[in-house]
Amino acid sequence: MSEHDNNGLGHILPFKVYVRVLLALVVLTVLTVYIAKGVEFESDIVTISVAMFIASIKAGIVALFFMHLKYENPITWLYAFFPIFLLFTLIGGVFLDNPLR
Amino acid sequence: MENTKDKDMSSENKTIETGPPHVHHMDAKTAYQSAKLGMWLFLATEILLFGGLFTAFAIYRYLYLEEFTQAAMNLDWRMGAINTAILIFSSFTAAIAVDAAQHGDNKRVRKNVLITLICGVGFLVIKFFEYKGKAHHGIFPGGAENFSLIIFLGAILIAGAAFTIAACHKYKVKLVGVCSVLLVVAFYFISDSLSHMEFDLATLIPFGGKEALDVHHAVSTVDYSEIFKKSDDYSAFFGHRVFFGLYYCMTGLHALHVILGMGLLFWVFIKAETNRFSTDYYTPVEVGALYWHLVDLIWIYLFPLLYLVA
Repeated sequence: MSEHDNNGLGHILPFKVYVRVLLALVVLTVLTVYIAKGVEFESDIVTISVAMFIASIKAGIVALFFMHLKYENPITWLYAFFPIFLLFTLIGGVFLDNPLR
Repeated sequence: MENTKDKDMSSENKTIETGPPHVHHMDAKTAYQSAKLGMWLFLATEILLFGGLFTAFAIYRYLYLEEFTQAAMNLDWRMGAINTAILIFSSFTAAIAVDAAQHGDNKRVRKNVLITLICGVGFLVIKFFEYKGKAHHGIFPGGAENFSLIIFLGAILIAGAAFTIAACHKYKVKLVGVCSVLLVVAFYFISDSLSHMEFDLATLIPFGGKEALDVHHAVSTVDYSEIFKKSDDYSAFFGHRVFFGLYYCMTGLHALHVILGMGLLFWVFIKAETNRFSTDYYTPVEVGALYWHLVDLIWIYLFPLLYLVA
C-alpha cells in the first residue's frame, strides 16, 4: 500500500471517487429509511440487524475512501479495528449473559 | 567524527540512524504520518466512548422493548433523516477540502471547510428544534431545572472555544471576542427566560418553527410533562426515562463533538486564510477532516438506532 505514497504525503484519490461515495451514501440512507419504514419483517431483530448492516457498509466506505483508510499502513488498520473488536466483545459478552438471567 | 556524521545526514538520512539529538528534525512525511496516526489512536478512544453508550442502549432496549418503542415514537425520523443528509454532505465537503489541500489549493480548502461549517450549524439548528420539541412535552436533559443551565454552559463553551482559537492565531481577535461576549450575554437572558417560561413551539413560527410545530403535533404520542413531573415513583415509566436519558446522552455527546469539530475546522479555515497549506504541509486539514468523518460515522449508527428501528 505504501508504494502509492511515494510522490506526495498522502494518497491522492481522483475526484470522481468522492462523488461516487457521496452518491452511494445517499442511496444507502434512502434504502435504510425505506426498509425500516416500508418493509415489514417477521421479527424486530431482523429489522435492527438489516439497519445495522447497512449502517456498517456506510461507515465502511466513509472510512475507506473519505478517511483514506484503504491506503493507510497496517498499524492504522490496527488502530481502526481494535476498538471495534473490543466493542463486539463487550456487546457479545453482555448479550451472552443478560438473556439468561 | 562530526564530519562523517554530517556527511551521513546530508547524503541519505534513511540509511544511517544518527541518534537522539536529531529526533526533532523529522522530515515532513514522518511528521505528517505521526500526526495522522495520533489522530487515529484518538478516534479509537472515541469509538470506545460511544461504544459504551451503544452497549447500554442495546441492553436496555432488550430489557424494556415495549417502553423503548413507545418512547421512540416521539422522535421524528424526518428530522433525523435531514440531519443524516446534512452530515453526509458535510463529510463529503470535508474530504474535498483535504483533496484541495493535497493539491495546494488554499482557496478551495477555505470554500469547502466553510460549507462544512455551515452544514455543522444547520445540523445544530435542527437538533435545537428537536430538543425544543421534546422539552415542550416535558422531556428535558438533566431535568427541567437544569435545562436552562445546560444551554447557558453550552454557550460559554462555544464562545470560549471560538475566542481561544482566534486569540491563539491572532485572527480578528476583537471581532470574535465581541461576538463571544454577545453570545454569552444573549444566552444568559435566553436561559434565564427559559427557566421561567413554559415551552411553546408556536413562539418559533417567525423563525420557521411552523413546520416543526406541525411535525411535532403529528408524531407525538405521549405527553410526559405530567407523568414525569408528578410521579415520585422513579420506577413508573422507567423504560421511557432510560430511553430519553440515553437519547440525550448520545445525541448530546454527539452534538458536543459537532461543536468541537467545528472549532477544529474553524482553526483550519483560519490557517487556510493565510495560505498556510501546500502539497508539503496540510496535516491540520487531514486531521480535522478525520475528526469530522468520525462525527459522521457515529451519526450513521445513531440515526437508525434512535429514529428508525422503533
